[in-house]
Amino acid sequence: MGEVQTRLPADEAFRKQLAARNSAAVRWQGFFLGAIVAGMILLIVLLLSIINEAVGLVALKENIPVADIADRPLEELAAPDLAIILQNNLSKGRLQALFIQEILDPDIDRSRLGSDPVHVFLPENSYNPVLGDKTFVDLSPDELAALLAANVSVDRLRDLVYTDVVGLEILESWPLLTSLFNRAAIDQEIVDKQQGIGLPSSYTQQQIDDIKAKYGVARVEWRSWLNRDFLTGSMSATPADAGIRGAITGTLWVIAITLSVAVPLGIGAAIYLEEYANPNAPINRIIETNIRNLAGVPSIIYGLLGLAIFARVLEYLTSGRIFGVEGTNGRTTLTAGLTLALLILPVIIINAQEAIRAVPSSIREASYGLGATKWQTIWRQVLPAALPGILTGIILSLSRAVGETAPLVVVGAAVFLAKDPNGPFTAFTTLPIQIYNWAAMPQDQFRDAAAAGIVVLLLILLALNMTAIIIRQRFSRRLQG
Amino acid sequence: MTQNGNTHAVEIRDMNVYYGDKLAVDSISLPIAARKITAFIGPSGCGKSTVLRSINRMNDLIPGARVQGEVTFRNQNLYGDNIDPVEVRRRIGMVFQKPNPFPKSIYDNVAYGPRLLGLSKKEALDEIVETSLRQAALWDEVKSDLKKSGLALSGGQQQRLCIARTLAVEPEVILMDEPCSALDPIATQKIEELMRELSTQYTIVIVTHNMQQALRTSDYTAFYSIRKALEEDGKENRWGVLVEFGPTQALFSDPTQQETADYISGRFG
Ligand SMILES: Nc1ncnc2c1ncn2[C@@H]1O[C@H](COP(=O)(O)OP(=O)(O)OP(=O)(O)O)[C@@H](O)[C@H]1O
Ligand SMILES: [Mg+2]
Repeated sequence: MGEVQTRLPADEAFRKQLAARNSAAVRWQGFFLGAIVAGMILLIVLLLSIINEAVGLVALKENIPVADIADRPLEELAAPDLAIILQNNLSKGRLQALFIQEILDPDIDRSRLGSDPVHVFLPENSYNPVLGDKTFVDLSPDELAALLAANVSVDRLRDLVYTDVVGLEILESWPLLTSLFNRAAIDQEIVDKQQGIGLPSSYTQQQIDDIKAKYGVARVEWRSWLNRDFLTGSMSATPADAGIRGAITGTLWVIAITLSVAVPLGIGAAIYLEEYANPNAPINRIIETNIRNLAGVPSIIYGLLGLAIFARVLEYLTSGRIFGVEGTNGRTTLTAGLTLALLILPVIIINAQEAIRAVPSSIREASYGLGATKWQTIWRQVLPAALPGILTGIILSLSRAVGETAPLVVVGAAVFLAKDPNGPFTAFTTLPIQIYNWAAMPQDQFRDAAAAGIVVLLLILLALNMTAIIIRQRFSRRLQG
Repeated sequence: MTQNGNTHAVEIRDMNVYYGDKLAVDSISLPIAARKITAFIGPSGCGKSTVLRSINRMNDLIPGARVQGEVTFRNQNLYGDNIDPVEVRRRIGMVFQKPNPFPKSIYDNVAYGPRLLGLSKKEALDEIVETSLRQAALWDEVKSDLKKSGLALSGGQQQRLCIARTLAVEPEVILMDEPCSALDPIATQKIEELMRELSTQYTIVIVTHNMQQALRTSDYTAFYSIRKALEEDGKENRWGVLVEFGPTQALFSDPTQQETADYISGRFG
């Protein structure tokens, strides 16, 4: 360098400057690490707070202790014994209600129950111990119990005994941390309430007596809100019995419909825009700009669109009437799935476009150079190479769709469902909606059910994403060889 | 036309190529002899690739590219109305400057072309894959692992794989755009030997910046150069022209144009 005239920093200045450049790099690196750590901490706090709600001690009471109705634990009893417990402890009207709920088709025409013989209502292959042409209203409690014993599973009968006879009621629940570290205070609180101590002075004697009676038979035990009964149970007005099965099947149905509509349409649109449309034609420019804008439109607007188009205008289709389904309106799983499909379509299209554009032109040229037609090139080279990117878009939008509430509330998600969503043409609910409903309930214990619901939602999201990621990995590996 | 060794496989007549409004090459006329190697040489940007790509209509893929004039192949103008570019490319294959195997196995790379044509029988494909790889002098190196990804080969092997892939559809003409520019001397030598061998069966056109390579391998050479003109608004316009065409030996030892002599002796810009 010596004699050559230069404008660049010389040795000494260069070294000083290099030190400054290096320390700037270190500072930035530290900042990035900090960002990751902060993110991880927030995530862990989030998970812990959910688990904190979903597991913990509860104070519960049984209206009739199990010991009073059976000489053995209920788990050891057979179906007829359980049916007899129901018969002995429930009114005839309640037994009839159980019979309708558990055995008959929920859509049955109830006006005929009083006139037609009961055996015409029984589903095919069901066991019928009733002789003759008795109508439903004529059945004696004995016969109702026998029908229940013969046609309802043991597990379900035991659940019914627990909910209808034993009447498990959760009086109070505590978060996991309190349960772990403050057990003494919890026990003390229960003892106080049993003796009526420490209650607000504004309570009347009547209220105090009520509390004493309630807590007199209460016991404290551990409970995970996320348990088998929660996963397989149907909706309920009491927190202890609340189940999430309907919301899980609803979510799976809605997502299946969403994906089966949005994925082919999205990829198809992306192929058209990237491979066939003339990029300079104004109409195509307008379309592309609009797709980009649509990706940022608030989801509730898609809800309004879905309500107007799918639930109202296309009601004939979305209610299933076109296929002969009766008794439904436009607020079905299909409407929900189509609405979410609209919502995620722009994201899928944009990601697929980017992925298709990123396929190296050398691959296309090689394919054309060997005498491939345009479609052969797209199908055999462009799409496989773009697939990882396309799947990334699908994963992102899938997560968004699974967690969406607002548009589904607008298109008419059901607040309470007697029957699980089990097809495209049934009333629907989804996990986030169920969670939202629970969180909005007056009873505190529903908050715990909501936390357990969130865990389920997260697990389903994780499972769906893992599947997509595994598919993506397999394709990427094939591409890299 | 290709029946006897000395006639022309392809004939370019008065061809202009435009990219958008810009003229890229001006009135090129050039015969390409059947079962011979024709080399295109010339400075960067003079339009060698452009001419090469118009021979199998690869320019169709570039938005805005236009070709005027005639390219005759099998007595037909390739730019005539009833010509499907897919058929042109199936008859006139291409090997690119940068080796570009598909992200698939070696086998699938070579079988790609035949599969496009509807072949699916395993025995038939096996046979085509083997003969093509043998022709491309790659068989012995890869026969034990045809399932390996084409991208896992070395650069020189990848380029021979691309040649094998082109041979698999049995084209009549093979266009090669600087096929050795990314390769070391040994791999280059292999490809050159391969070209000599293939020229007994195929018509080959090769673009190269390597004078020695042109001299070593080709039978005919076309030298292109750049013409410039100042437009009224002060912008410079550049386009390519064909300066000289002839048998390689004659062109290198006794060029008729001063520009050619300057270029091949390295006195060009
Ligand atoms: N896709 C394209 N779009 C627009 N102009 C192009 C395109 N490809 C080439 N050109 C122009 O056409 C002219 C000739 O390019 P070409 O690639 O044919 O040159 P070349 O002789 O192959 O050069 P090199 O030896 O560097 O490969 C150049 O001026 C170039 O800028
Ligand atoms: Mg070139």
